[in-house]
Order: sequence, then structure tokens, then C-alpha cells
Amino acid sequence: MGRVLVKAGEASELGWLASEDLPSVTGIHPPVSGTVYAAALNVRSVLEALGDAVAAPPYKAPPQAPVLYIKPPNTFRPHKGVVPVPHDVWELEVGATLAVVFGRPVSRTSEADALDGVIGYTVAIDVCIPHNSVFRPAIRQRCSDGFLPIGPGIMEKEAVGDPDALRIRVLVNDVERQDFTTAELVRPVRRLIADISDFMTFAAGDVLLVGLPAGCPRACAGDRVSAIIDGVGGLDCTLAPASPLEWLA
Amino acid sequence: MRRARVAYRGGVFDAEVASDGQTLRLSDGRQVREDDVVWLPPIQPRTIIALGLNYADHAAELAFKAPEEPLVFLKGPSSLLGHKGLTRRPADAKQMHYECELAVVIGKTARNVPRERAYDYVGGYTVANDYAIREYLENYYRPNLRVKNRDGCTPLGPWIVDAGDVDPANLALRTLVNGEVVQSGNTADMVFDIPFLVEYLTSFMTLSPGDLILTGTPHGVVYLNPGDVVVTEVEGIGALQNTLVSDDDFYGKRA
Repeated sequence: MGRVLVKAGEASELGWLASEDLPSVTGIHPPVSGTVYAAALNVRSVLEALGDAVAAPPYKAPPQAPVLYIKPPNTFRPHKGVVPVPHDVWELEVGATLAVVFGRPVSRTSEADALDGVIGYTVAIDVCIPHNSVFRPAIRQRCSDGFLPIGPGIMEKEAVGDPDALRIRVLVNDVERQDFTTAELVRPVRRLIADISDFMTFAAGDVLLVGLPAGCPRACAGDRVSAIIDGVGGLDCTLAPASPLEWLA
Repeated sequence: MRRARVAYRGGVFDAEVASDGQTLRLSDGRQVREDDVVWLPPIQPRTIIALGLNYADHAAELAFKAPEEPLVFLKGPSSLLGHKGLTRRPADAKQMHYECELAVVIGKTARNVPRERAYDYVGGYTVANDYAIREYLENYYRPNLRVKNRDGCTPLGPWIVDAGDVDPANLALRTLVNGEVVQSGNTADMVFDIPFLVEYLTSFMTLSPGDLILTGTPHGVVYLNPGDVVVTEVEGIGALQNTLVSDDDFYGKRA
């Protein structure tokens, strides 16, 4: 239990709400006003799956700095939103992760102070078209319309406690398909924030997705996907074929 | 028309820039001189798209074959900086270079736009300098954000020129470092031109008014030092100036 920042209905801003009141809120919007950054290769199972490939071309060496990508605003979808499946794709990856939300600017911070600018946490289903290479930015695969259900709201930091001990599960049509914890991160949350803030500033409203594990579940049009982070929230979405109008356009 | 955003005596204003580039008319009606204002990035986009290896000569220079599908990456808004700004060159970045680019400003919501209609969705153009630091390149989602999303490492401006005022398909680009021409090219040599890029990007993502597409840079890379004054210029759009500074000058020397 705690307080949750929610944007709903006609409201133009996020507002605080007791978390037990959340189920009665309708017309929820994605709780994001800034830029969403996401860490790749930040769960140990992903690096283990890459194995010796990191030493071979095209990678040639293991990653040193955090590997990041951006999920732009066209990808945002609210709790209970619909993820369009592009017409040339059979299934999508629907991995879930912890989303760290900044309440004020964070730059060149230390690991010890890294959570000072964090206002809270939310749940993200980081959708992508399955792809194997991490050599070039995977913009079409990761940034197509609707590829980031996020929310429902931002659970206040104080109610969540240690961000490095959170269990994250994904259910597809009520069957559990992903189960990992943030204890499996290569860079734990504080260290990830500190290392990134060495070269860029997080603005108030910006979001950092801390990483997906290997073997994220896949889902097809018609499937229901739920992501649950203990103590943070539960986020639902459904997959549907991209609008026929898009085919005709 | 040339539209800018500037700070002047405690206020932030939209402004129209006279054709000589010397005087600005602020949105409150005042006429001011260009050297009395602080230039801000002329737009505050949500989504910033950038192209890599989009001039065949530059791809060859970097020992890459020009790509068969556009090499697209994204940036965040904190990377932007206005005209006449200061950009930090880290002490260990001996291989930092400019990239002069034509920047396309999206004018209206765009999804599934065929290339024949692409220019209907362009609101204007400006100039970008998409700095890179080669020491920080890694082969994961390359060019990685540590290279391309650094604070203030994407100067933009000085202003936006309305789309109807230029033909973007045949514009000379050049970069001057301390007054000497070090890079020159022409937008006619893009591997993927603006109509192609708009069609390609909007085939999977919705672009919104104010979103930016930085269209890539031609051949001609020279490494830079603190104190260098870098002017990236696109014919018919404008000349964007930036000065590199050392860590000490950027953060202030510790006593």
C-alpha cells in the first residue's frame, strides 16, 4: 500500500491517489511526460545467452558502458491498452520490466545518491518484434506504434523499498511465462542510474527501464498480457491486428 | 520565414529573424539585435530521429558500406543546444568530430505517408551538428547513446526556415573549424532522401508536429580540440555556431 501518481480522464497532470483506490479509476493515461530510456543487456541471463559471441564480430568486445535505447512517445500505451501487431509479423515479444521514474533532474550522481531524484516506479511491457542482433539500433523492431504499455500509475518510491529485490512476472492468457527479479541485473538500479548520469542528464518525468531477461515470452494477436511487479503494480494489455485502415493507407 | 526561440533580458520568446540574420522581432513586438539574445534550440521535440551512414562518401570514409535499410537511431531532448552554445569536449575524447546535417521538422501528424506526399508533412528545416566521440563507440546498438545522447552534444538552429522557402533536395552543406572549410557536401547525395525517410519511418511509427529527423552527414571528418569554433552551415537555411570547451572550462576549475 502506498500512494500512486496517476493521470486519468481529462486531467492534464499526474495526481496522487491512495493505491487501494486505483482499481476504481477509469480512463488512465500512460504516466510519462518525459523521455523513456531503456537498458539492454542488463540482465545476467541475456549476457549468458550471448556467451562468447560478445568477443566475435560484429561485437568484438563485451559491452563496457550501459547499452541504451529509447522508446519514443508513439510507443506509449496506457493500462488496459491495445498493442497493434504489424501485419507482416506473426508474434511479438512481451517482456516486462521495472520502470524507474525521475521526479527531478539527475546528473553526474553517485551510486549512493542515485535514488534521490527518483519519485517512484511503474511497470512496463517492453514490446518488440523478435530479433537477434544487437549490433545496430533496432528502431523498427522496438519503436513501432504501441510497443510500450506502461503504468497504471507511479508507485511512490518510499512504498517500494529496495528496487534491487523486486519480482517481475508476465502472464499470457493467465499462464505464467516470465519470472525474474531485479536481483539479476548486471548493473543494479543505483549503479545503472549513476553510470548513465555520467554522460547525460535525466530530466523530471524521464523514465529508465532497467532491462529484460533472456527468453521473453511471445504473444500473438488476440492474446491478453499481464505484467506484475510485487509492490509496484499490475499492467494489462491485449494484442490486436494493426488496423485494416493502415493496410490500405 | 525564419523562426527562432531566444532568451532576452529575463524572458523566453518566439522570434522572427530578419532576412539579414541581424535583427529579431520578439513575440512581444520588440526589435532586438541578434548578439543581444541567447539562442535556444528553435524547437522542443519529443522524438528526435537521426540517420547514420546516409551519405555514401561518409560511409566509405568510416569503412562501412552504405546500408540497404536506413540506419536510424534516436536521441533525447537533453542532447540539444542552441546557436552559439558551448559544448564540452571531455579530456579523454581525442577523436571528437562534428557532423553537419540538414534537420527536417515535422509539421503535422504523419502515419503511413507515401513518398509522393512526404513534403506535405514537413513544416520546416534547420541545421544540426550531431557531434560524435569515436572513443566511446561500442558495437551494441551502434552508434550507442554514450556517443550520441550526451548533454549539449547536438547543437540545433539557429532558426527554422519554413518548408516552402527551400528545396531541400539540392542544398550545399559545409563545416568550418576556426574559419577553415573542413567538410562539404550536398543533400542531393543522400543515400535515402527525405521522401524515402518519411515513408519508411511512418510505415511503423507515428510522427508528431515538432519531431525532428537529422538526415545524416557527408564526408570530411577532422578531430577537434577545446577552443575550436565549429560552424555547420546549410545553404538557404543558416549557419550554426558552436564552441568546444574543456572539462575545466565547462564545469569550472576547482580551487
